[in-house]
Amino acid sequence: MNPRLLDLGDGALTLEFGDRIDPALNARVMAARDALAALKLEGISDLVPTYRSLTVHFDPLQLDRETLGKALLQAAASPDQKSAPATRWLIPVAFGGEFGPDLAQVAQTTGRSESDVIDAVCAAELRVFLIGFLPGFPYLGELPDWLHLPRRSTPRTAVPANSLAIAGPQVAIYPWQSPGGWHLLGRTPVKLFDVADIGRPALLAPGDSVRFRAVERGEFETLERDLEAGRIGRQSWVAP
Amino acid sequence: MIEVLECALPASFQDLGRPGYRHLGVPLSGALDPEWLAIANALVGNPAQTVALEMRLLGPKLRATAPVTIALAGEFSAKIEDAAGLSRPAADWCSHVLATGDILSIGALRSGIGYLAVAGGFDLPQVLGSRSTYARAGLGGIDGRPLRIGDRVATGAGGADVSLRLPDAPHPISGPLRVMPGPQRDYFTDAAWQHFIGAEFVVSREADRMGLRLDGPAPRTCVRRRHRLGRSDARRHPGSRRRPPHSPAGRLPDGRRLPENRHGDSRRPAAPGTRAAGTKLRFVAVSAEEALAARRDAARRLAEWIAAIGPGGAELDLDALYGANLIDGVIDAD
Repeated sequence: MNPRLLDLGDGALTLEFGDRIDPALNARVMAARDALAALKLEGISDLVPTYRSLTVHFDPLQLDRETLGKALLQAAASPDQKSAPATRWLIPVAFGGEFGPDLAQVAQTTGRSESDVIDAVCAAELRVFLIGFLPGFPYLGELPDWLHLPRRSTPRTAVPANSLAIAGPQVAIYPWQSPGGWHLLGRTPVKLFDVADIGRPALLAPGDSVRFRAVERGEFETLERDLEAGRIGRQSWVAP
Repeated sequence: MIEVLECALPASFQDLGRPGYRHLGVPLSGALDPEWLAIANALVGNPAQTVALEMRLLGPKLRATAPVTIALAGEFSAKIEDAAGLSRPAADWCSHVLATGDILSIGALRSGIGYLAVAGGFDLPQVLGSRSTYARAGLGGIDGRPLRIGDRVATGAGGADVSLRLPDAPHPISGPLRVMPGPQRDYFTDAAWQHFIGAEFVVSREADRMGLRLDGPAPRTCVRRRHRLGRSDARRHPGSRRRPPHSPAGRLPDGRRLPENRHGDSRRPAAPGTRAAGTKLRFVAVSAEEALAARRDAARRLAEWIAAIGPGGAELDLDALYGANLIDGVIDAD
């Protein structure tokens, strides 16, 4: 499929590469973002990569729409080179119980045991496809087929902050309390967004990879306390 | 210092928002109506992007703990009570010099939203380049939350200390809202699009800084092909700068994005987020060229408004005095 250029109001253009969750498509998106960023066009405020598209927010009084459109289509053709080296993360998660109220239901629906579900989520090497929806909110994928579930029929009005949730092939962590319709399997003490880290307020970036490590309540609470006291920091979550 | 005595409904500090962080899931935020923000600031001698208090429906009651010049952009019935208990109206589109101990009661807003600016701006920390409040993630403003009773906010130095006035105040909004077909336009048949463009909607009470629900005819979905990603991918893009944090109007079918733009025929800018509940609303489809022309017009109009601001405070604003019904008695006695 050839990339399509689409209007998103008069202040943004979207370059769409396809309609699937696919690491190859996502890599093309990232390559196009890098190519466009390198042009340093005046009047662009945001470059927003998603699963399969790149949106550019711009000031139409400063930057001509056609000029930007041409640059985007050219960027779309840029070779899929490797972006900045990705980080591999290992994120501790306490599963089930009050931390993951949907774990039992997910096990029941998929006909597996709770520990099978936990093992599968922890075994998967997940790609960070994009950050969005809420500050620092990562869209991760992909889960094994048997764990693909539709969203809950009734969304929750308040998902607790730091919940790990699944829907379809996707895994996410809610950095903030929010309404949400995904299945909640666990919770992490890790802060995914911190304005104090000016250079990198969002912990994860597209192209990074994430694995989860199951921890018991005791370790979860210790980690929370250590984080609060500043005894451990973001480097603690980089995979060894 | 400004002290909050009463605050019944959400009000939040906003500037022009925090561009450049959308790729981290951080919405633009910022004033629902940047032009009114600019006018409020111009009335107290601030740069257009200075942080101000954005209010909906009902404004707070505030006390000045030191002399400060304030301005109101919007349609209010505000009044100022001095330490001796004497009350005077605080006209809209004017600046007013508050003395120590003066109490400003902003009261009900007749416009959907309104702004309170103070000379020198509110002294709040910048978070990711902006002082705008984004409560959902606790960013900006006072500790990332809306205003509440007991808050005390320092004001900065500088700005005007005389009363200024915008002689020809912006009018309430009328006319249809311009809209450009969105990236998922091809999910809908032409008939469904025409149905949307032809329909009349009513602004519901379900409105916040994230979105606005419109009541009206049920959207004809007429989906041509289903998107394999579902909603998550499409949902990432804020509908427009005018309705900052997130998605467009709830009842608007996904993919019909409103242009990031000033609204049509009236002399003042408009956006769905600034319209009061119960307002009727229609859409008109425009091209990118038409949207750009409208944007240029709006920028020119704003420059004209700001250039027209001149001396003359509430004392000279007889309209406001009549409107506040304070001097009718004098006239009747004649």
